[in-house]
Amino acid sequence: MAVLVLAEHDNASLKPATLNAVAAAEALGGDLHVLVAGAGCRPAAEAAAKVKGVAKVLLADDAVLAHPLAEDLAPLIAKLALGYSHVLAPTTTAGKNVMPRAAALLDVAQISDITAVVSADTFVRPIYAGNALATVQSKDKVKIITVRGTAFPAVAAEGGSAAIETIAALGSAGLSTYKGAELSKSERPELTAARIVISGGRGMQSGDNFHLLDKIADKLHAAVGASRAAVDAGFVPNDYQVGQTGKIVAPDLYIAVGISGAIQHLAGMKDSKVIVAINKDEEAPIFQIADYGMVGDLFKILPELEAELDKQVK
Amino acid sequence: MKVLVAVKRVIDFNVKIRVKADKTGVETANVKMSMNPFDEIGVEEAIRLKEKGVATEIVAVSLGAQTCQETIRTALAMGADRGIHVLTDAELQPLAVAKLLKAVVAKEQPGLVLLGKQAIDDDCNQTGQMLAALLGWSQGTFASKIAIDDGKATVTREVDGGLETVELKLPMVITTDLRLNEPRYASLPNIMKAKKKPIEQLTPEALGVDPAPRLVTLKVEEPAKRQGGKKVASVQELVEKLRTEARVI
Repeated sequence: MAVLVLAEHDNASLKPATLNAVAAAEALGGDLHVLVAGAGCRPAAEAAAKVKGVAKVLLADDAVLAHPLAEDLAPLIAKLALGYSHVLAPTTTAGKNVMPRAAALLDVAQISDITAVVSADTFVRPIYAGNALATVQSKDKVKIITVRGTAFPAVAAEGGSAAIETIAALGSAGLSTYKGAELSKSERPELTAARIVISGGRGMQSGDNFHLLDKIADKLHAAVGASRAAVDAGFVPNDYQVGQTGKIVAPDLYIAVGISGAIQHLAGMKDSKVIVAINKDEEAPIFQIADYGMVGDLFKILPELEAELDKQVK
Repeated sequence: MKVLVAVKRVIDFNVKIRVKADKTGVETANVKMSMNPFDEIGVEEAIRLKEKGVATEIVAVSLGAQTCQETIRTALAMGADRGIHVLTDAELQPLAVAKLLKAVVAKEQPGLVLLGKQAIDDDCNQTGQMLAALLGWSQGTFASKIAIDDGKATVTREVDGGLETVELKLPMVITTDLRLNEPRYASLPNIMKAKKKPIEQLTPEALGVDPAPRLVTLKVEEPAKRQGGKKVASVQELVEKLRTEARVI
Protein backbone atom coordinates (compact mmCIF):
# COMPACT_ATOMS: atom_id res chain seq x y z
CA MET A 1 0.00 0.00 0.00
CA ALA A 2 1.06 3.56 -0.59
CA VAL A 3 2.12 6.14 1.97
CA LEU A 4 0.59 9.63 2.11
CA VAL A 5 2.41 12.75 3.32
CA LEU A 6 0.50 15.91 4.25
CA ALA A 7 2.42 18.83 2.75
CA GLU A 8 3.11 21.95 4.79
CA HIS A 9 2.95 24.92 2.45
CA ASP A 10 1.83 28.52 2.02
CA ASN A 11 -0.05 27.81 -1.25
CA ALA A 12 2.83 29.31 -3.26
CA SER A 13 5.61 27.00 -2.10
CA LEU A 14 6.39 24.01 0.09
CA LYS A 15 7.69 24.55 3.60
CA PRO A 16 11.03 22.79 4.22
CA ALA A 17 9.46 20.55 6.92
CA THR A 18 7.60 18.69 4.15
CA LEU A 19 10.89 17.37 2.79
CA ASN A 20 11.78 15.88 6.17
CA ALA A 21 8.40 14.17 6.41
CA VAL A 22 8.89 12.76 2.91
CA ALA A 23 12.25 11.38 4.07
CA ALA A 24 10.52 9.54 6.92
CA ALA A 25 7.91 8.23 4.48
CA GLU A 26 10.66 6.93 2.19
CA ALA A 27 12.01 4.89 5.07
CA LEU A 28 8.66 3.06 5.16
CA GLY A 29 8.81 2.00 1.53
CA GLY A 30 5.88 1.83 -0.86
CA ASP A 31 4.54 4.38 -3.33
CA LEU A 32 4.81 7.88 -1.97
CA HIS A 33 1.96 10.34 -2.41
CA VAL A 34 1.74 13.93 -1.16
CA LEU A 35 -1.46 15.77 -0.27
CA VAL A 36 -1.44 19.51 -0.94
CA ALA A 37 -4.59 21.02 0.57
CA GLY A 38 -5.16 24.75 0.33
CA ALA A 39 -6.65 27.47 -1.83
CA GLY A 40 -4.81 28.58 -4.95
CA CYS A 41 -2.20 26.02 -4.01
CA ARG A 42 -1.36 24.63 -7.45
CA PRO A 43 2.14 26.19 -7.30
CA ALA A 44 2.79 24.29 -4.06
CA ALA A 45 1.47 21.10 -5.69
CA GLU A 46 3.81 21.64 -8.63
CA ALA A 47 6.69 22.03 -6.18
CA ALA A 48 5.61 18.81 -4.45
CA ALA A 49 5.54 17.00 -7.80
CA LYS A 50 9.23 17.85 -8.27
CA VAL A 51 10.29 16.40 -4.90
CA LYS A 52 12.52 13.40 -5.34
CA GLY A 53 10.77 10.09 -4.71
CA VAL A 54 7.19 11.39 -4.90
CA ALA A 55 4.98 9.28 -7.19
CA LYS A 56 1.75 11.25 -7.05
CA VAL A 57 0.46 14.57 -5.73
CA LEU A 58 -3.14 14.93 -4.59
CA LEU A 59 -4.29 18.51 -5.00
CA ALA A 60 -7.29 19.68 -2.99
CA ASP A 61 -7.69 23.29 -4.06
CA ASP A 62 -10.74 24.88 -2.45
CA ALA A 63 -11.56 28.16 -0.73
CA VAL A 64 -12.69 26.19 2.32
CA LEU A 65 -9.08 25.06 2.79
CA ALA A 66 -7.56 28.55 2.46
CA HIS A 67 -6.40 28.49 6.07
CA PRO A 68 -6.48 24.79 6.81
CA LEU A 69 -8.78 24.57 9.82
CA ALA A 70 -8.60 21.19 11.52
CA GLU A 71 -12.39 20.90 11.52
CA ASP A 72 -12.47 21.10 7.70
CA LEU A 73 -9.22 19.33 6.79
CA ALA A 74 -9.25 16.36 9.19
CA PRO A 75 -12.30 14.67 7.56
CA LEU A 76 -10.54 14.82 4.17
CA ILE A 77 -7.37 13.28 5.59
CA ALA A 78 -9.40 10.59 7.36
CA LYS A 79 -11.26 9.76 4.14
CA LEU A 80 -8.07 9.53 2.09
CA ALA A 81 -6.28 7.57 4.81
CA LEU A 82 -8.45 4.52 4.16
CA GLY A 83 -6.47 3.96 0.96
CA TYR A 84 -3.05 4.19 2.63
CA SER A 85 -0.94 2.22 5.08
CA HIS A 86 0.49 5.37 6.68
CA VAL A 87 -0.30 9.07 6.72
CA LEU A 88 2.52 11.35 7.84
CA ALA A 89 2.74 15.06 8.56
CA PRO A 90 5.57 17.22 9.89
CA THR A 91 5.45 17.95 13.63
CA THR A 92 4.58 21.60 13.07
CA THR A 93 1.73 23.45 14.76
CA ALA A 94 -0.39 22.72 11.67
CA GLY A 95 0.42 18.99 11.75
CA LYS A 96 -0.07 18.80 15.52
CA ASN A 97 -3.44 20.49 15.18
CA VAL A 98 -5.01 18.39 12.43
CA MET A 99 -3.50 14.90 12.60
CA PRO A 100 -4.90 13.76 15.99
CA ARG A 101 -8.34 14.91 14.84
CA ALA A 102 -7.99 12.75 11.71
CA ALA A 103 -6.72 9.82 13.82
CA ALA A 104 -9.71 9.95 16.16
CA LEU A 105 -12.11 10.09 13.19
CA LEU A 106 -10.45 6.85 12.02
CA ASP A 107 -10.50 5.37 15.52
CA VAL A 108 -6.74 4.87 15.45
CA ALA A 109 -3.88 6.05 17.65
CA GLN A 110 -1.43 8.68 16.52
CA ILE A 111 2.29 8.17 16.82
CA SER A 112 3.56 11.66 17.65
CA ASP A 113 6.87 13.19 16.69
CA ILE A 114 8.78 10.10 15.55
CA THR A 115 12.56 10.29 15.34
CA ALA A 116 13.22 6.90 13.71
CA VAL A 117 11.43 4.28 11.64
CA VAL A 118 12.30 0.79 12.92
CA SER A 119 9.87 -1.05 10.64
CA ALA A 120 6.51 -0.42 8.99
CA ASP A 121 4.73 -0.65 12.36
CA THR A 122 7.46 0.26 14.85
CA PHE A 123 8.81 3.71 15.56
CA VAL A 124 11.00 5.60 18.01
CA ARG A 125 9.69 8.73 19.68
CA PRO A 126 11.09 10.92 22.44
CA ILE A 127 9.16 11.19 25.70
CA TYR A 128 9.78 13.23 28.86
CA ALA A 129 11.30 16.15 26.94
CA GLY A 130 13.63 13.81 25.11
CA ASN A 131 15.10 12.37 28.30
CA ALA A 132 13.85 8.94 27.23
CA LEU A 133 13.25 7.33 23.86
CA ALA A 134 10.28 4.99 23.51
CA THR A 135 10.09 2.33 20.81
CA VAL A 136 6.42 1.78 20.07
CA GLN A 137 4.54 -0.63 17.86
CA SER A 138 1.17 0.23 16.33
CA LYS A 139 -1.48 -2.39 15.79
CA ASP A 140 -3.82 -0.03 13.93
CA LYS A 141 -4.85 -0.58 10.32
CA VAL A 142 -3.55 2.81 9.26
CA LYS A 143 -0.74 4.57 11.04
CA ILE A 144 -1.18 8.28 11.63
CA ILE A 145 2.22 9.80 12.31
CA THR A 146 3.84 13.17 12.91
CA VAL A 147 7.53 13.44 12.07
CA ARG A 148 10.24 15.34 13.92
CA GLY A 149 11.96 17.15 11.08
CA THR A 150 15.40 17.33 12.66
CA ALA A 151 15.57 13.52 12.83
CA PHE A 152 15.16 12.95 9.09
CA PRO A 153 17.50 14.74 6.65
CA ALA A 154 15.42 16.45 3.96
CA VAL A 155 15.03 14.74 0.59
CA ALA A 156 15.97 16.68 -2.54
CA ALA A 157 13.36 19.28 -3.56
CA GLU A 158 14.13 18.59 -7.23
CA GLY A 159 14.50 15.48 -9.33
CA GLY A 160 10.97 14.09 -9.31
CA SER A 161 8.18 14.40 -11.84
CA ALA A 162 5.02 13.16 -10.18
CA ALA A 163 1.56 13.41 -11.66
CA ILE A 164 -0.87 15.85 -10.05
CA GLU A 165 -4.36 14.52 -9.41
CA THR A 166 -7.07 16.97 -8.45
CA ILE A 167 -9.38 15.84 -5.66
CA ALA A 168 -12.43 17.50 -4.15
CA ALA A 169 -12.51 19.06 -0.68
CA LEU A 170 -15.36 17.99 1.59
CA GLY A 171 -16.94 21.35 2.30
CA SER A 172 -16.97 23.27 5.54
CA ALA A 173 -17.86 21.60 8.83
CA GLY A 174 -19.29 25.00 9.83
CA LEU A 175 -17.61 24.90 13.23
CA SER A 176 -14.79 27.39 12.86
CA THR A 177 -13.73 30.46 10.92
CA TYR A 178 -10.28 31.88 10.30
CA LYS A 179 -10.11 35.50 11.48
CA GLY A 180 -6.53 36.54 10.93
CA ALA A 181 -2.90 36.10 11.87
CA GLU A 182 -0.03 38.14 13.22
CA LEU A 183 2.99 36.51 11.73
CA SER A 184 6.53 37.55 12.56
CA LYS A 185 8.27 38.95 9.52
CA SER A 186 11.91 38.11 9.18
CA GLU A 187 14.51 38.09 6.45
CA ARG A 188 16.36 35.42 8.34
CA PRO A 189 16.09 31.67 7.79
CA GLU A 190 13.33 29.73 9.54
CA LEU A 191 14.33 28.54 13.01
CA THR A 192 13.77 24.87 12.31
CA ALA A 193 15.60 24.98 8.97
CA ALA A 194 18.53 27.29 9.81
CA ARG A 195 22.12 25.98 9.77
CA ILE A 196 23.01 28.28 12.67
CA VAL A 197 20.75 29.40 15.51
CA ILE A 198 21.53 32.00 18.17
CA SER A 199 19.11 32.11 21.10
CA GLY A 200 18.71 34.43 24.03
CA GLY A 201 17.31 33.76 27.47
CA ARG A 202 16.33 35.64 30.57
CA GLY A 203 19.91 36.91 30.78
CA MET A 204 19.21 39.21 27.82
CA GLN A 205 17.21 41.33 30.32
CA SER A 206 15.01 43.02 27.69
CA GLY A 207 13.60 42.68 24.19
CA ASP A 208 15.70 45.64 23.06
CA ASN A 209 18.86 43.78 23.93
CA PHE A 210 17.98 41.07 21.40
CA HIS A 211 19.44 43.41 18.75
CA LEU A 212 22.82 42.27 20.03
CA LEU A 213 21.88 38.78 18.84
CA ASP A 214 20.37 40.09 15.61
CA LYS A 215 23.66 41.67 14.61
CA ILE A 216 25.53 38.39 15.08
CA ALA A 217 22.75 36.46 13.35
CA ASP A 218 23.08 38.73 10.33
CA LYS A 219 26.79 38.00 10.08
CA LEU A 220 26.33 34.24 10.39
CA HIS A 221 23.06 33.97 8.37
CA ALA A 222 21.57 32.51 11.52
CA ALA A 223 18.03 32.35 12.87
CA VAL A 224 17.26 33.91 16.24
CA GLY A 225 15.53 31.88 18.93
CA ALA A 226 14.74 32.24 22.61
CA SER A 227 14.12 30.28 25.78
CA ARG A 228 10.67 30.08 27.30
CA ALA A 229 11.74 32.52 30.03
CA ALA A 230 12.53 35.18 27.41
CA VAL A 231 9.20 34.64 25.65
CA ASP A 232 7.21 34.63 28.90
CA ALA A 233 8.92 37.88 29.90
CA GLY A 234 7.71 39.40 26.64
CA PHE A 235 11.20 40.02 25.20
CA VAL A 236 10.30 38.28 21.92
CA PRO A 237 7.19 36.69 20.34
CA ASN A 238 6.10 33.08 20.97
CA ASP A 239 7.37 31.81 17.63
CA TYR A 240 10.96 32.31 18.86
CA GLN A 241 10.59 29.65 21.54
CA VAL A 242 12.92 26.67 21.37
CA GLY A 243 12.10 23.80 23.70
CA GLN A 244 9.99 20.82 24.65
CA THR A 245 6.72 22.48 23.72
CA GLY A 246 8.08 25.07 21.31
CA LYS A 247 10.28 24.46 18.31
CA ILE A 248 12.74 21.61 18.09
CA VAL A 249 15.95 22.59 16.33
CA ALA A 250 19.14 20.71 15.49
CA PRO A 251 21.38 23.12 13.56
CA ASP A 252 25.10 22.71 12.88
CA LEU A 253 25.74 25.44 15.43
CA TYR A 254 23.55 26.54 18.34
CA ILE A 255 24.65 29.52 20.39
CA ALA A 256 22.83 29.84 23.72
CA VAL A 257 23.22 33.29 25.26
CA GLY A 258 22.06 34.03 28.79
CA ILE A 259 20.19 30.72 28.90
CA SER A 260 20.66 28.63 32.03
CA GLY A 261 19.58 25.37 30.39
CA ALA A 262 16.33 24.11 31.92
CA ILE A 263 15.37 20.53 30.92
CA GLN A 264 12.55 21.98 28.82
CA HIS A 265 14.93 24.16 26.79
CA LEU A 266 17.55 21.43 26.33
CA ALA A 267 14.79 19.24 24.88
CA GLY A 268 14.53 21.65 21.96
CA MET A 269 18.21 21.96 21.03
CA LYS A 270 20.35 19.19 22.48
CA ASP A 271 20.64 17.39 19.16
CA SER A 272 22.48 20.36 17.63
CA LYS A 273 25.85 19.40 16.18
CA VAL A 274 27.87 22.02 18.04
CA ILE A 275 26.61 23.94 21.06
CA VAL A 276 28.12 27.17 22.37
CA ALA A 277 26.97 28.57 25.71
CA ILE A 278 27.59 32.07 26.97
CA ASN A 279 26.50 32.64 30.55
CA LYS A 280 27.76 34.53 33.57
CA ASP A 281 26.92 31.68 35.95
CA GLU A 282 29.54 29.00 35.58
CA GLU A 283 27.26 26.53 37.37
CA ALA A 284 24.53 26.89 34.71
CA PRO A 285 23.43 23.44 33.47
CA ILE A 286 23.78 24.56 29.84
CA PHE A 287 27.58 24.24 30.21
CA GLN A 288 27.28 20.50 30.85
CA ILE A 289 26.11 19.92 27.28
CA ALA A 290 27.98 22.77 25.57
CA ASP A 291 30.94 21.93 23.35
CA TYR A 292 32.32 25.40 23.97
CA GLY A 293 31.30 27.28 27.08
CA MET A 294 32.23 30.82 27.87
CA VAL A 295 31.67 32.24 31.34
CA GLY A 296 31.20 35.97 31.42
CA ASP A 297 29.02 39.02 30.91
CA LEU A 298 27.09 38.61 27.66
CA PHE A 299 26.84 42.38 27.25
CA LYS A 300 30.62 42.47 26.99
CA ILE A 301 31.04 39.23 25.07
CA LEU A 302 28.45 39.78 22.32
CA PRO A 303 29.98 43.02 20.93
CA GLU A 304 33.40 41.37 21.07
CA LEU A 305 32.04 38.37 19.21
CA GLU A 306 30.52 40.59 16.56
CA ALA A 307 33.82 42.41 16.08
CA GLU A 308 35.75 39.15 15.95
CA LEU A 309 33.46 37.72 13.28
CA ASP A 310 34.02 40.89 11.25
CA LYS A 311 37.73 40.33 11.46
CA GLN A 312 37.70 36.74 10.35
CA VAL A 313 34.70 36.30 8.04
CA LYS A 314 35.96 37.90 4.87
CA MET B 1 -22.08 27.50 31.07
CA LYS B 2 -20.49 24.49 32.67
CA VAL B 3 -16.75 24.02 32.06
CA LEU B 4 -14.99 20.69 32.23
CA VAL B 5 -11.22 20.76 32.85
CA ALA B 6 -9.10 17.66 32.35
CA VAL B 7 -6.14 17.35 34.68
CA LYS B 8 -3.37 14.76 34.36
CA ARG B 9 -1.07 13.57 37.10
CA VAL B 10 2.52 13.54 35.82
CA ILE B 11 6.05 13.46 37.17
CA ASP B 12 6.82 16.99 38.38
CA PHE B 13 8.47 19.15 35.72
CA ASN B 14 11.51 19.75 37.92
CA VAL B 15 12.31 16.06 38.40
CA LYS B 16 15.14 14.61 36.35
CA ILE B 17 13.60 11.35 35.20
CA ARG B 18 15.40 8.00 35.30
CA VAL B 19 14.86 5.24 32.77
CA LYS B 20 14.34 1.83 34.39
CA ALA B 21 17.21 -0.61 34.01
CA ASP B 22 14.91 -3.22 32.42
CA LYS B 23 13.87 -0.68 29.75
CA THR B 24 10.16 -1.06 30.49
CA GLY B 25 9.61 2.60 31.28
CA VAL B 26 10.55 5.44 33.55
CA GLU B 27 10.98 5.18 37.32
CA THR B 28 7.88 6.57 39.05
CA ALA B 29 8.30 5.10 42.55
CA ASN B 30 9.11 7.77 45.16
CA VAL B 31 9.11 10.50 42.53
CA LYS B 32 7.35 13.82 43.10
CA MET B 33 4.12 13.97 41.09
CA SER B 34 2.20 17.12 40.12
CA MET B 35 -0.53 18.36 37.86
CA ASN B 36 0.59 18.64 34.24
CA PRO B 37 1.62 22.34 33.96
CA PHE B 38 -0.50 22.91 30.84
CA ASP B 39 -3.56 21.52 32.68
CA GLU B 40 -2.87 23.93 35.53
CA ILE B 41 -3.20 26.72 32.96
CA GLY B 42 -6.52 25.12 31.92
CA VAL B 43 -7.82 25.17 35.50
CA GLU B 44 -6.74 28.78 35.91
CA GLU B 45 -8.52 29.78 32.69
CA ALA B 46 -11.71 28.06 33.83
CA ILE B 47 -11.56 29.97 37.12
CA ARG B 48 -11.04 33.27 35.29
CA LEU B 49 -14.04 32.49 33.06
CA LYS B 50 -16.08 31.91 36.18
CA GLU B 51 -14.84 35.15 37.73
CA LYS B 52 -15.96 36.93 34.54
CA GLY B 53 -19.38 35.34 34.83
CA VAL B 54 -18.96 33.26 31.65
CA ALA B 55 -18.59 29.92 33.43
CA THR B 56 -21.08 28.87 36.06
CA GLU B 57 -19.54 25.64 37.30
CA ILE B 58 -16.09 24.08 36.95
CA VAL B 59 -15.72 20.30 37.01
CA ALA B 60 -12.18 18.91 37.20
CA VAL B 61 -11.73 15.45 35.69
CA SER B 62 -8.80 13.11 36.06
CA LEU B 63 -8.35 9.56 34.83
CA GLY B 64 -6.14 6.88 36.27
CA ALA B 65 -5.05 5.37 39.56
CA GLN B 66 -6.46 6.30 42.98
CA THR B 67 -3.66 8.85 43.45
CA CYS B 68 -5.23 11.03 40.71
CA GLN B 69 -7.55 12.24 43.47
CA GLU B 70 -4.66 14.37 44.75
CA THR B 71 -4.47 16.08 41.36
CA ILE B 72 -8.22 16.70 41.42
CA ARG B 73 -7.87 18.13 44.95
CA THR B 74 -5.24 20.55 43.63
CA ALA B 75 -7.71 21.75 41.00
CA LEU B 76 -10.42 22.06 43.67
CA ALA B 77 -8.06 24.05 45.88
CA MET B 78 -7.35 26.41 42.98
CA GLY B 79 -11.09 27.00 42.56
CA ALA B 80 -12.82 24.17 40.69
CA ASP B 81 -16.23 23.31 42.18
CA ARG B 82 -16.23 19.53 42.08
CA GLY B 83 -14.31 16.59 40.73
CA ILE B 84 -14.81 13.46 38.68
CA HIS B 85 -12.31 10.64 38.92
CA VAL B 86 -12.36 7.82 36.38
CA LEU B 87 -10.59 5.08 38.28
CA THR B 88 -8.44 2.61 36.36
CA ASP B 89 -5.02 1.08 36.73
CA ALA B 90 -4.81 0.40 33.00
CA GLU B 91 -2.31 2.28 30.82
CA LEU B 92 -4.26 5.13 29.23
CA GLN B 93 -3.27 6.45 25.82
CA PRO B 94 -4.67 9.66 24.28
CA LEU B 95 -7.39 7.98 22.19
CA ALA B 96 -8.70 6.10 25.25
CA VAL B 97 -8.58 9.28 27.33
CA ALA B 98 -10.53 11.12 24.61
CA LYS B 99 -13.16 8.36 24.58
CA LEU B 100 -13.49 8.42 28.37
CA LEU B 101 -13.76 12.20 28.38
CA LYS B 102 -16.38 12.00 25.65
CA ALA B 103 -18.44 9.74 27.94
CA VAL B 104 -18.01 12.20 30.81
CA VAL B 105 -19.08 15.03 28.49
CA ALA B 106 -22.23 13.09 27.56
CA LYS B 107 -23.06 12.87 31.25
CA GLU B 108 -22.16 16.43 32.26
CA GLN B 109 -23.08 18.41 29.10
CA PRO B 110 -20.47 21.18 29.45
CA GLY B 111 -20.23 24.03 26.92
CA LEU B 112 -16.45 24.00 27.03
CA VAL B 113 -13.77 21.43 27.75
CA LEU B 114 -10.33 22.80 28.64
CA LEU B 115 -7.21 20.65 28.43
CA GLY B 116 -3.47 21.27 28.38
CA LYS B 117 -2.08 21.17 24.86
CA GLN B 118 0.36 18.47 25.83
CA ALA B 119 1.28 16.35 28.83
CA ILE B 120 4.92 16.68 29.79
CA ASP B 121 5.36 12.94 30.29
CA ASP B 122 4.36 11.35 26.97
CA ASP B 123 4.61 14.64 25.00
CA CYS B 124 1.82 13.42 22.69
CA ASN B 125 -0.21 16.59 22.09
CA GLN B 126 -3.29 14.65 20.92
CA THR B 127 -6.06 14.33 23.50
CA GLY B 128 -7.87 17.66 22.98
CA GLN B 129 -7.92 17.30 19.21
CA MET B 130 -9.15 13.71 19.49
CA LEU B 131 -11.89 14.64 21.95
CA ALA B 132 -13.09 17.45 19.65
CA ALA B 133 -13.18 14.97 16.73
CA LEU B 134 -15.16 12.37 18.69
CA LEU B 135 -17.66 15.00 19.85
CA GLY B 136 -17.85 16.71 16.45
CA TRP B 137 -16.98 19.98 18.20
CA SER B 138 -14.70 22.83 17.19
CA GLN B 139 -11.17 22.91 18.55
CA GLY B 140 -9.03 25.84 19.64
CA THR B 141 -5.60 24.34 20.15
CA PHE B 142 -2.49 26.03 21.64
CA ALA B 143 -4.60 28.93 22.90
CA SER B 144 -2.91 32.07 24.22
CA LYS B 145 -6.09 34.16 24.48
CA ILE B 146 -9.77 33.25 24.78
CA ALA B 147 -12.80 35.53 24.57
CA ILE B 148 -16.22 33.92 24.85
CA ASP B 149 -19.31 35.86 23.93
CA ASP B 150 -22.71 35.13 22.46
CA GLY B 151 -22.38 31.43 21.73
CA LYS B 152 -18.97 31.72 20.13
CA ALA B 153 -15.36 32.06 21.13
CA THR B 154 -12.50 34.02 19.64
CA VAL B 155 -9.32 32.09 20.26
CA THR B 156 -5.79 33.31 19.60
CA ARG B 157 -3.50 30.38 18.87
CA GLU B 158 0.28 30.11 19.09
CA VAL B 159 1.42 28.85 15.69
CA ASP B 160 4.86 28.36 14.14
CA GLY B 161 4.89 31.74 12.41
CA GLY B 162 3.38 33.77 15.26
CA LEU B 163 -0.27 34.06 16.28
CA GLU B 164 -3.48 33.03 14.54
CA THR B 165 -7.03 33.97 15.49
CA VAL B 166 -10.03 31.76 14.86
CA GLU B 167 -13.69 32.06 15.72
CA LEU B 168 -15.22 28.87 17.09
CA LYS B 169 -18.76 27.74 17.68
CA LEU B 170 -19.75 26.54 21.14
CA PRO B 171 -19.64 23.88 22.48
CA MET B 172 -15.93 23.44 21.95
CA VAL B 173 -12.62 22.05 23.11
CA ILE B 174 -9.72 24.38 23.93
CA THR B 175 -6.15 23.32 24.62
CA THR B 176 -3.92 25.73 26.50
CA ASP B 177 -0.52 27.10 25.62
CA LEU B 178 1.98 28.68 27.98
CA ARG B 179 1.06 32.32 27.52
CA LEU B 180 -2.67 31.93 28.21
CA ASN B 181 -2.30 32.86 31.88
CA GLU B 182 -0.21 32.39 34.98
CA PRO B 183 -1.88 29.87 37.29
CA ARG B 184 -2.55 30.98 40.85
CA TYR B 185 -1.31 29.25 43.96
CA ALA B 186 -3.97 27.70 46.15
CA SER B 187 -4.29 29.52 49.47
CA LEU B 188 -4.30 27.54 52.72
CA PRO B 189 -8.01 28.26 53.45
CA ASN B 190 -8.87 27.12 49.92
CA ILE B 191 -6.82 23.94 50.35
CA MET B 192 -8.84 23.24 53.51
CA LYS B 193 -12.13 24.01 51.74
CA ALA B 194 -11.16 21.76 48.81
CA LYS B 195 -11.13 18.76 51.16
CA LYS B 196 -14.88 19.10 51.54
CA LYS B 197 -15.67 19.44 47.83
CA PRO B 198 -17.19 16.31 46.27
CA ILE B 199 -15.30 13.95 43.94
CA GLU B 200 -17.46 11.47 42.06
CA GLN B 201 -15.78 8.21 41.15
CA LEU B 202 -16.50 6.40 37.88
CA THR B 203 -14.91 3.53 35.98
CA PRO B 204 -14.29 2.90 32.26
CA GLU B 205 -16.76 -0.02 32.51
CA ALA B 206 -19.48 2.20 33.95
CA LEU B 207 -18.83 4.70 31.15
CA GLY B 208 -18.96 1.89 28.56
CA VAL B 209 -15.47 2.58 27.20
CA ASP B 210 -12.75 0.04 26.39
CA PRO B 211 -9.53 1.87 27.29
CA ALA B 212 -7.17 -0.79 25.84
CA PRO B 213 -3.96 0.79 24.47
CA ARG B 214 -3.38 0.75 20.70
CA LEU B 215 0.35 1.26 20.87
CA VAL B 216 2.61 -1.28 22.52
CA THR B 217 5.74 0.13 24.11
CA LEU B 218 8.49 -2.32 23.23
CA LYS B 219 11.22 -0.55 25.15
CA VAL B 220 12.22 2.73 26.73
CA GLU B 221 15.85 3.78 26.57
CA GLU B 222 18.07 6.63 27.59
CA PRO B 223 19.23 8.86 24.75
CA ALA B 224 22.94 9.10 23.96
CA LYS B 225 24.66 11.45 26.37
CA ARG B 226 26.33 14.57 25.07
CA GLN B 227 29.97 15.11 25.94
CA GLY B 228 30.09 18.78 26.85
CA GLY B 229 31.79 20.83 29.47
CA LYS B 230 34.74 22.35 27.61
CA LYS B 231 35.37 26.02 28.31
CA VAL B 232 37.05 28.70 26.29
CA ALA B 233 38.76 31.71 27.84
CA SER B 234 38.24 34.39 25.20
CA VAL B 235 36.08 35.38 22.26
CA GLN B 236 39.13 35.03 20.00
CA GLU B 237 39.61 31.44 21.14
CA LEU B 238 35.89 30.70 20.65
CA VAL B 239 35.79 31.98 17.07
CA GLU B 240 39.09 30.25 16.30
CA LYS B 241 37.74 26.91 17.60
CA LEU B 242 34.44 27.28 15.71
CA ARG B 243 36.36 27.94 12.50
CA THR B 244 39.18 25.44 12.68
CA GLU B 245 38.13 22.72 15.15
CA ALA B 246 34.33 22.49 14.79
CA ARG B 247 34.32 24.01 11.28
CA VAL B 248 30.80 25.34 11.60
CA ILE B 249 31.37 29.01 10.68
